[in-house]
Amino acid sequence: MNKILIVAQKEFRDGTRNRWTGAITVIFILMSLGLAYFGSATAGVLGFSSLESTLVSLASLCVMLIPLIALMLAYNCFVGELEQGTLLLLMTYPLSNAQLLLGKFSGQAAIITLASVLGFGLPAIIICLISDVDVASVLIAFGQFIILASLLGWVFIALAYIISISVAEKSKAAGLALIVWFLFVLVFDLVLMAILVASEGNINETLVPFLLWVNPTDVFRILVYTIIGAESYSGVLQIAENGADGTFYLFSVMLLWVALPLACSWWIFNKKELSE
Amino acid sequence: MNDIAVELTDVCKYYPNVNALHPLNMSVKAGEVLGLFGHNGAGKSTLMKLILGVLKPSGGEVRALGHCLRSNQAHDYRTLFGYLPENVSFYEHLTGREVLHYLAKLKGHNKAQADNLLDEVNLSHASDRAVKTYSKGMRQRLGLAQAFLGQPKLLILDEPTVGLDPVATQDFYLTVDRLKSGGCAVILCSHVLPGVEHHIDRAMILSKGRKLALGPLAELRAKANLPIEVSVSGLSRSDIENQVNILGKPIDWLPSAAGQQNPQNRFTTSAEHKLDILKTLSSADNLQDLHIKLPSLEDLYRFYLSDFNSAKGV
Repeated sequence: MNKILIVAQKEFRDGTRNRWTGAITVIFILMSLGLAYFGSATAGVLGFSSLESTLVSLASLCVMLIPLIALMLAYNCFVGELEQGTLLLLMTYPLSNAQLLLGKFSGQAAIITLASVLGFGLPAIIICLISDVDVASVLIAFGQFIILASLLGWVFIALAYIISISVAEKSKAAGLALIVWFLFVLVFDLVLMAILVASEGNINETLVPFLLWVNPTDVFRILVYTIIGAESYSGVLQIAENGADGTFYLFSVMLLWVALPLACSWWIFNKKELSE
Repeated sequence: MNDIAVELTDVCKYYPNVNALHPLNMSVKAGEVLGLFGHNGAGKSTLMKLILGVLKPSGGEVRALGHCLRSNQAHDYRTLFGYLPENVSFYEHLTGREVLHYLAKLKGHNKAQADNLLDEVNLSHASDRAVKTYSKGMRQRLGLAQAFLGQPKLLILDEPTVGLDPVATQDFYLTVDRLKSGGCAVILCSHVLPGVEHHIDRAMILSKGRKLALGPLAELRAKANLPIEVSVSGLSRSDIENQVNILGKPIDWLPSAAGQQNPQNRFTTSAEHKLDILKTLSSADNLQDLHIKLPSLEDLYRFYLSDFNSAKGV
């Protein structure tokens, strides 16, 4: 336990030192303030208008950015140490693979979490201070959003670890990370749509909504819609309306999306042989 | 029982395309320094990783400090391991002190000990600079410092003196000698041979994954029976020949070094005749200087390699 903490501390300090934490926080602040103020510009109004529309736009932006940020933060985590020889050294230390993995994960998860707390929390406070809104509902909604955004980040950190542990070169890891991002964020929804349209309703109807669970970014979006109580879902998410939208289930699916990739990384890590 | 620090029984390691290590038996006692020699690809690194438990042997059993190793467990006795990998570059953006503090914490030692070690390897003046500004020798010293953390009982060092200046090398051997007298088993791996021979108890020569020789240097010398080189000043060739012929011992002349003030006559003879010849020559009146050169570790290394190659040719 103690060892996990030592590794986590180092990862976290690395993150603050090379300004990852700061950069992510600034991006989040700009995103949320920008969307809050200019989100309803198309309707001819400036300034904070509706909590719902702000969070919906924020969610669609985060769904693109958070996976990218998390992947970029974490893809280097193991392959970088492999290249500089410290992974081999650490494996001769009294430190198990699981401890190293969990330590690194805790540290980097803390970076993403801190960035979302600051990056979405500060704008929420600013909104409360300068507009005439129901403070409690804004804070609760943003609070929940912070938890979801962090969770989404954790999922992609864990996914990045699978890549980082499996490959032997940094550049390959970076390429694969981009492909993963592309698949989950852009390709998946398109393919799912295409399948649904092409099948002309021949797919078992109760099964369809659960196809969305295969993509953590979709789970994240459904969860955001659920917490703000949005009336209608947009795009491919409409299919989630038939039974795949219980908050508890979705939350568990998200946690599973953190745990499974971590377990998978651990399994690969144990099988891996360090033979230059 | 606790006397043996490392024991390998029929340990081998095969990769799909290469045989990294053929079945091998060896052991290292506590307080013993083993020199491991062989050129690139001879299997030295593989052997070291097997001993450390980072690699799993394809067959056989490795025991280190009385334990059978599995690489993915956080065995506490690993606190007693010290390892210096080849070409380790550490965390570039951290300072030397931060790197050592982190590694010390992972091994369960306090910062004070890490700071002492930084002093010991003469790195304290640079300890608050980022590692990326370090020279090759400074990195090497940082690597040694982490290997020495916490009085290890098993020290495995891959090319420990590469990049070190003569003073640092001397300091390094002093530390090794001190740990050794404290009962630490040391495996030194090197292809830089000169200088290391006074600090090792036994040598092992590896080539292409096979053990060519293993034993104390004196024993390896005796077995190889390499000629000993004798240089004599003040006596002419015929003087020497006369003396030696009385004894009836064969010698082979070497071309004498030209352009020296005191022309030396150099010849080689076998180890068993050394004493008789030296006795005779040293009683000669005109003798000015007498110098003998034992076969170096490098000569032994060459001998065992060519011995192995010719044996394979047959």
